[in-house]
Amino acid sequence: MLTYQTIQELCQAAEAAGSTISQVILAGQAQQLGLEEREVYDRMAQRLQVMKESVQTGLDPALRSASGLSGGDAAKLLAYARTGGICGSFVSEAIARAVATSECNAAMGKIVAAPTAGSCGILPGAVLSVLEAGQCSEEQAVMALFTAGGIGAVISNRATLAGAEGGCQAECGAAAAMAAAALAELRGGSPAQSAHACAIALKNQLGLVCDPVAGLVEVPCIKRNAAGVMIALAAAEMALAGVESKIPADECVSAMYEVGCSMPASLRETALGGLAATPTGRRLKQEIFGPSDS
Amino acid sequence: MIGPSSSHTAGAARLGYVARTILGKEPVKAVIQLSGSFAQTYRGHGTDKALIAGILGFPPDDVRIRDSFDHAAQAGLDCQFVCENIPNAHPNTARITLTSADRETVTVQGASVGGGNILVDELNGMAVHVTGQNNTLVVLHQDKPGAIAAVTNFMAYSGVNIGSFRLARPQKGGTAVMTIEVDGEISNLLIETLSILPNIIHVVLIRAV
Repeated sequence: MLTYQTIQELCQAAEAAGSTISQVILAGQAQQLGLEEREVYDRMAQRLQVMKESVQTGLDPALRSASGLSGGDAAKLLAYARTGGICGSFVSEAIARAVATSECNAAMGKIVAAPTAGSCGILPGAVLSVLEAGQCSEEQAVMALFTAGGIGAVISNRATLAGAEGGCQAECGAAAAMAAAALAELRGGSPAQSAHACAIALKNQLGLVCDPVAGLVEVPCIKRNAAGVMIALAAAEMALAGVESKIPADECVSAMYEVGCSMPASLRETALGGLAATPTGRRLKQEIFGPSDS
Repeated sequence: MIGPSSSHTAGAARLGYVARTILGKEPVKAVIQLSGSFAQTYRGHGTDKALIAGILGFPPDDVRIRDSFDHAAQAGLDCQFVCENIPNAHPNTARITLTSADRETVTVQGASVGGGNILVDELNGMAVHVTGQNNTLVVLHQDKPGAIAAVTNFMAYSGVNIGSFRLARPQKGGTAVMTIEVDGEISNLLIETLSILPNIIHVVLIRAV
């Protein structure tokens, strides 16, 4: 029985069964929920469907959030991606999908928290891009979400997924770690390679603070989803090339939690520090909520 | 779920929903105290909309969250928000007091702990432990010998397995509360049976949400 306490445990369970992390998670979830594996799979397939719909909603050039601070950037990014961009259309489109999902979220649209709403663009940006590029089947994409979910469950159990507790590293950091592990498995990596991808992604967002302007999940959250998908891609590429993280994934998770605990409250989703406290951040808050709001 | 924040929107909707479930009837008044990050950022995250949506019984993926205040007005629900820190509470904590038309009232305190997950840790000032991950029975009872045994015996007869059990008793011989997480489903018949046992005041089933 899986307890989702360590990533090492997930890897060992997968290696012992001669299978993948996703298969181990799916079997474990079915057992825990008392459902057939098929039913648990179908629920995840629905989530992949919601992810596709969020991207479509977010790509509407006319979409705006209630504050007016965000919307329409994903459409610009997709149009630009079609020109090839600097990194090629695959990467530019992944960024466009991540931003589209996050803009859909900011407009109070329907999204899949992965692991949170503020970081909801990273996992679909990664997995849907591999699917759309024809590098995996629909079923493999659904299974990759189980790998991501297993990693997210460990981070939730051992550390935190809340920006208010651990800063953005707990949200976008966790999301990139989940996406990196999922990408590594999608592209034929071993469970150990998924763990290395997860560790590398987490390491690269360690210390990232949560400083939302006006307390909205818009500035800088949406653009951090674009960067998060890039980190996930870079981490997966490294792991698939055989690069190993010197610090094991579980220790990276613990480090992330410790860093989060030592962050001042002003940098943990209170909108009192960082970008939220800049002159422009404060001005935007006044424009949206009026000067009387403290 | 409906955006923009899993902790401040989806988790908040779940907290509201659990409070409503514990009241067990239509609320006419909701007083919501917000603490920590909830107090600082609730308007930007739609935390207020989501809490009200949950209190109205809407799930976290219901698009009606966006205009829950209009739905509250239609339903005749009077809502008040108070920003006041709760010492030592999780940064995302809300204390929700609901009152029904027949003046029944409950106060539920809980936190949104990330990724939409919640932990309700206080009911009418008594310690409980409701995560919303498993079906959970909350049983208010008189602190008298045999009250717990009677409840767990009936559950055993019905073939219901207990996953976790917590008891809180502020005062000897006063009102106490059991929080019982169970595996699988619980029938309405079992809840009705438990409700009429001696020394049992109120039984609520909070389904996994």
